[in-house]
Amino acid sequence: MSDATAPDLSKRSGQNTREFAYRAVFFVCALLSVLTTVAIVVTLLGDAITFFAEVSPIAFLTGTTWSPANDPVSFGVLPLITGTLVITFGAAAIALPVGLLTAIYLAEYASDRARSVLKPAIEVLAGVPTVVYGYFALVYVTPALSVVFPTISTFNALSASIIVGIMIIPMVSSISEDAMSSVPDSLREASYGLGATRFTVSTSVVVPASISGIASSYILALSRAIGETMAVTIAAGNTPRLVDLTDPAGVFLESIQTMTAAMVQLGASDVTGQSLAYRSLFAVGLTLFVITFVMNLISEWVASRYREEYR
Amino acid sequence: MATETRTDTDFGEVSRWKDRVFEYVTLAAALFGVVTLGVLLAYVTVDAVGWLDWQFLTSPPHPIAAEAGLFPALVGSIVLMVLIALITFPLGVGAAIYLEEYASDGRLTRFIQLNIANLAGVPSVVYGLLGLGLFVQLINFGYGTLLVAGFTVSLLILPIVIISAQEAIRSVPDSLRQASYGMGATKRQTIRNVVLPRSLPGIMTGTILALGRAIGETAPLIMIGVPTTVFGVPDGLFAKFSAMPMQIYTWSSYPDTAFQYGVVSAGVVTLLVVLLSINSIAILIRNKYQTERS
Repeated sequence: MSDATAPDLSKRSGQNTREFAYRAVFFVCALLSVLTTVAIVVTLLGDAITFFAEVSPIAFLTGTTWSPANDPVSFGVLPLITGTLVITFGAAAIALPVGLLTAIYLAEYASDRARSVLKPAIEVLAGVPTVVYGYFALVYVTPALSVVFPTISTFNALSASIIVGIMIIPMVSSISEDAMSSVPDSLREASYGLGATRFTVSTSVVVPASISGIASSYILALSRAIGETMAVTIAAGNTPRLVDLTDPAGVFLESIQTMTAAMVQLGASDVTGQSLAYRSLFAVGLTLFVITFVMNLISEWVASRYREEYR
Repeated sequence: MATETRTDTDFGEVSRWKDRVFEYVTLAAALFGVVTLGVLLAYVTVDAVGWLDWQFLTSPPHPIAAEAGLFPALVGSIVLMVLIALITFPLGVGAAIYLEEYASDGRLTRFIQLNIANLAGVPSVVYGLLGLGLFVQLINFGYGTLLVAGFTVSLLILPIVIISAQEAIRSVPDSLRQASYGMGATKRQTIRNVVLPRSLPGIMTGTILALGRAIGETAPLIMIGVPTTVFGVPDGLFAKFSAMPMQIYTWSSYPDTAFQYGVVSAGVVTLLVVLLSINSIAILIRNKYQTERS
């Protein structure tokens, strides 16, 4: 709107070079975000390409042993990917239903007062440092779980999944609630006019009408769970193993290693600039970046659909 | 879902009963995360009692739990935060001004906007790799130095700062801009004298909240080689330093229960208290200016 009137009036100042200089400085600031993306891609690709010259991409993507430091070295990323999937699946089992129900409560049931207290309280969940969540999982959640599952390991996928699930609840609930709040009241009133209860309105009108916003929040939350690092490093441990689906209990009660945890382990060790292990760090980083970047793009695209529909 | 609900639209007791149950289920869901976090915070606070004292806050780390302290990491975190604020504030506000005041709704603008949204979702450990590859290996600012950490974490929180600054600038009423132009002001003068003063509280709030996130970041610091244990405070931009989350991460791997349930708890509580103070400042700024405006 400001642009419509601004140009002709501001041209009268007679300081066009100076005005242009300011515009250029601000433009460079905005362009910095694009440069950051380029820098990420170039940095990751640079070392990853050198890595893939020595280890074939096929061996990397299909190998079932991850052992970058111990002789014989092996760079199969599958154990890390399955480990990441286990955590993501476990976190999703908690965060997706809980987050959706939370959004329904905030958008459809909560009084203004309840909402004004609960909403910021839920946002706090996303603000707690992930290293703190990891510590909570290790020293409080795992001992509590060992009452139910006596065979649980000190480092295990279950407590890491639970804590990551709690961490990403706000991601689901706040975006879903935005989508639900933007459903026009006329739809709700039409439903109430037919004698529907709040339950029917919520589940048969509001949720279907805001489904693209909900889907977008789900994808974004899963992307966060995939990229989550400190909680899974501290709580799930560093045991890269291919997940054995025939033993579902073992999958969650034993230690695993995610892509991010493997990166932290390599980063914290003394891998030097020119070793293969150092470059494998960038190969795993590139894999992680591509997965999360694609998911974020899909989430953005899905979200833009509900925005167009109701505004 | 739909077939199940269709059958009970005959306004009977059944549907009202179902409605009530559903309300409590959604309320329970809304409380689930908050209550769980509350319980965990209560546990950690109880465990920190007796460990979180003046000695802990003013001593360097020590292998004996009773003598261990957080001082170098505490100072390191605060210095790092100031550095990040100095980098992100001008860059973030500059980018937001361009996108809100100058940019037309063209392809380039939409591309930049989409790019910022995507960067906000890039895992922090990837930013750590960027810092390692760009600032450590390529520019050679030194492994694990304050400067590298400052730049790396700044890039990480920059998208959040830009997005919140954009919201603050967008909330400035257009009539104020028109009035400024009407008085013969240039665009630069309008931004400096009208838009920025009016949106500054919002920009400050967003930046401070982003800084709160910055001091909790651990993974990027590990990737760029920030040492796990440091005994002194940083004395320059190229000095090695440690930060509170790094120290917590290191301590949490000590098997000693005095560390697990004592020293680490004290560290966690200190970090959360600092975080809480930062966020309270942000909320105070927001509330102060919100009431003034309305």
